[in-house]
Amino acid sequence: MSPALIAALPFIGALFPGLMIRVGRNACAVMAGFFSLMALVGLGLHIPAILRDEVVTAQINWMPALGLNANFFIDGLGLLFAGLILGIGLLIIVYARFYLSERDPMGQFYTYLMLFQGAMVGIVLSDNILLLLVFWELTSLSSFLLIGYWKHLPEGRQGARMALAVTGGGGLAMIAGMLILGHIAGSYDLTIILQSREAIQSSPLYLPALILILAGCFTKSAQFPFHFWLPHAMAAPTPVSAYLHSATMVKAGIFLMARMWPVLAGTPEWFWIVTSAGLITMVMAAKIAFFKDDLKALLAFSTVSHLGLITMLLGFGTKAAATVAVFHIINHATFKAALFMCAGIVDHEAHTRDIKRLGGLRRLMPVTFIITTIAGLSMAGIAPLNGYLSKEMMLEQAAHTAPWVIPLLVVIGATFSVAYSFRLIAHTFLGAERNDYPHHPHDPGFGMWSSPALLATLVVLIGLMPMTFAGWLVDAAAGAVTGAAVHAHIVHWHGAHSPALWMSVFAVGGGLVLLGLHGSLDRIWLATPRPEAKRIFDAVIEGLAALFARVTEALHGGSLGRYLWITVATLLAVGWYAFRSGSHLPGTRALQPIEPVAAVGWMSLMIASLAIAVLHRQRLLTLILVGVVGLVVSVGFAYLSAPDLALTQISVEVATVILMLLSLNFLPKVTPIESTSLRRVGDAAIAGVGGLAVGGLIYALMTRDFAFPTIADYHLANAKTLGGGTNVVNVILVDFRGYDTFGEITVLGIAATLIFALTETLLRPGPANDRLRTWTGDTQDAGDRHPLMMVVATRIMLPIALMVGIYIFLRGHNVPGGGFIAGLVVAITLVMQYMASGFGWTEARQRIDYHGLIGAGVLVAAATGVGSWLAGRPFMTSNYGYFRIWPLEEFELATAALFDLGVFLTVLGAVMLALSSLTRIAVRAGQTINVEAYDMEDKFEPAAVKEDR
Amino acid sequence: MELLVASSVGLMTAVGIYLILRMRSFPVIVGLTMISYACNVFIFASGRIVAGLPPILSKTATGYTDPVPQALVLTAIVISFGMTAVLVMMALGAFFEAGDDRIDLKADTARDSAE
Repeated sequence: MSPALIAALPFIGALFPGLMIRVGRNACAVMAGFFSLMALVGLGLHIPAILRDEVVTAQINWMPALGLNANFFIDGLGLLFAGLILGIGLLIIVYARFYLSERDPMGQFYTYLMLFQGAMVGIVLSDNILLLLVFWELTSLSSFLLIGYWKHLPEGRQGARMALAVTGGGGLAMIAGMLILGHIAGSYDLTIILQSREAIQSSPLYLPALILILAGCFTKSAQFPFHFWLPHAMAAPTPVSAYLHSATMVKAGIFLMARMWPVLAGTPEWFWIVTSAGLITMVMAAKIAFFKDDLKALLAFSTVSHLGLITMLLGFGTKAAATVAVFHIINHATFKAALFMCAGIVDHEAHTRDIKRLGGLRRLMPVTFIITTIAGLSMAGIAPLNGYLSKEMMLEQAAHTAPWVIPLLVVIGATFSVAYSFRLIAHTFLGAERNDYPHHPHDPGFGMWSSPALLATLVVLIGLMPMTFAGWLVDAAAGAVTGAAVHAHIVHWHGAHSPALWMSVFAVGGGLVLLGLHGSLDRIWLATPRPEAKRIFDAVIEGLAALFARVTEALHGGSLGRYLWITVATLLAVGWYAFRSGSHLPGTRALQPIEPVAAVGWMSLMIASLAIAVLHRQRLLTLILVGVVGLVVSVGFAYLSAPDLALTQISVEVATVILMLLSLNFLPKVTPIESTSLRRVGDAAIAGVGGLAVGGLIYALMTRDFAFPTIADYHLANAKTLGGGTNVVNVILVDFRGYDTFGEITVLGIAATLIFALTETLLRPGPANDRLRTWTGDTQDAGDRHPLMMVVATRIMLPIALMVGIYIFLRGHNVPGGGFIAGLVVAITLVMQYMASGFGWTEARQRIDYHGLIGAGVLVAAATGVGSWLAGRPFMTSNYGYFRIWPLEEFELATAALFDLGVFLTVLGAVMLALSSLTRIAVRAGQTINVEAYDMEDKFEPAAVKEDR
Repeated sequence: MELLVASSVGLMTAVGIYLILRMRSFPVIVGLTMISYACNVFIFASGRIVAGLPPILSKTATGYTDPVPQALVLTAIVISFGMTAVLVMMALGAFFEAGDDRIDLKADTARDSAE
């Protein structure tokens, strides 16, 4: 099975639980298990090849330009981790089926779990560090969902948030580190990076890259000083804790350190950072674990401690130590997952996991007792279980590592490790039976204890026959970590001269003594004040939140004026900086002469614009002045060789002014003076500077020649030959850049639909609707609402205007015109009918739905584009030909005209929908609807015809 | 001629900026309209200006102006109408919901929405 498929299977599996939960909880679990099993089997098929030292690869080019390829590979290390992730994942799926209660949404749980599983498998099989980062972030997100699965528990939510903040933050650091690494190696493919040891370690960027990557690893693997999130993540359901915190999530950091070991390890920096972090974590967490009363918290800190141990071993940087680290990864996953599941069983049955309320369970829960004892003794490192084997090897390694403080601290850590393991067994299961358990406990059904039992069996088997059950896997994985052939020699007896033996004996003895003294030590522990990580974390987060709330409030505290001011000021400042940091010469392009008519137009535009600024409080007058400005702009377009723009601008101008007039019908007619004169002066100043800047910029642009050859020549040369039209602007719109135009009419359609939706919201019951219903206009109605002259004129004009529209549409390909302008012209004609003859009269004759027009327009345009596929050409390639139908002269037909028809329909529909929406609001506000065209005021019965919805 | 176009663009921008800094929705909409005029002319003028040479191919033409900015501005004009219409609608909606056409939130509402 392809490695890519193995990584994909859990993701595919994540789709099913949500659906299968409708069939039943068993079906849901079976479906999740099926995909895990398939992936596990697929992985298993590669074992023989990997044992032959082959590497199984799969390459999919994803974004080669970015160096991001979906490359996967399986080597010994990948096999080990993927096996743990999928294997223990499968056991967790079985366990969770029986653990979760009826009230828990199981479909969600399995979906999250499968997502998480897929992300983890993705990490360990990625052959591209960018891809690995994607999966890395996915584990942070999916573990957030899993830890916060019990949404009703505040601890769950807070724990999830803390885990996301810490691991996500570390992930960000790691992204930077990985990018540096890829930069040094010149490739983002892991296999290539792994061969660039010399280049990477001699680079001056080695240390920053190392620190950033280790920040990612340490946060994920809960190493000091980032260890504090893990215990809080224990608010998750136990299956999650057992999965995330024994075999997967927290092992991701370990995995990455092992994966990067060949290129990063072996330097003094690596040794000191990694070893000391691991060592401190190991000792400190072991001590805390000893004093924890919550079974899961005890296990959580013991996990932190064991991860510290593995980190330390990797930090040593020797081949032998790395081999031990790999072996301990296997052992820890087996016994710790079993212990977590047993803790969950105790919690499930006794309804508490507080050790101080437990004790004497061995007769009540014999099966759980046996499993916990086996796994717990392995955790303590008691012969002949698997934990013993790797602990002895670890002590052996530590004993031979300078300085002397390392072996000393390791022994202290091991002593505490023995102590808390014994305490877990003794204080939960041994001692006298009690009669005050919150719930009378007994062993659960087979389904629930089968998973931990299987793991406990593995603990014993690996312990008794390590070479048979784990030796080959250790060899393969350690070989992949160190990049050299490894033949691990795992034995039970290292001889009486071995320092490890005596260290171990001391640890066991010391552990027993500590356990005996637990009562008094615990009192001292409780009496000593110690920093509470959660309180510090919360305070930091709260401080940050308050700080940024203040920043946000300062930037945009609800005042549009203020943030527009900030935006404009920032733009000006940046522009000023850009201007100052460049050199400038006067423009050399010859200026165009100023003709008198142009000067007159300019004068009127300047006066109108200034008048708008001065008189903007009188809104109707402002609108008229805006109309003047728009008119001059369109005349200017016509004068400066842009007839299409002139036609578009003038028709849009009409539609805009009508629209604003309709809205002004409701809005206040004057703007009151509210700002201080100081503010107005300030605003005027910044506006003046902005105007100068923009005007200066365009003047500078116009007085210089093009810096690069323009693409205009191509369009001019090919408009006729390729697009079949002589109006180059129109050919660009419907042919060369047809795809852009298609996007633009879609946007226009969306805008119109948005307007419609806004109108619907306004007309729904609510304060706005109430205000509309009781609306009394603040201006007097015209006595003659539908003047006879205007009605007659518009009726006569309608067919003429429509014909003009069609004419403009048809000629558009060759001379000024086209779909945009035709659509606007026709829309204005129709609006004039509304204005002259009234809403009711026009609506009754309006048989085409505007939404339909918009949709039809976009579809027609799209269909034209798709049509060129049928002719075997790329999307939106146009075609044209010349035809002659008697008695007409020869004329041209182009598919682009069909596209332009789509533009026409969309523009028409959009403008009409926008304007008629305003009309609907007017009707709700009590505007009367006329049935006959020229109803006089006195013929209305206003109340009866109010639109009621 | 260039000076006339540049000064027009500059003044329209200045008036636009001044109006969008006002406190009622209507001047803001008018201000945005002015800024869109200025933007459209700006983009159009970036193709350099010339009179009497429209980009309509013919045998008698002595030359053509740059058609590409024209095509860009043509759609921009239509889209800016669409956007103005949306803004007008939102302003009307806000006016009916709140009873006035102020665009700034009152101090207490601002704090509520920030939380």
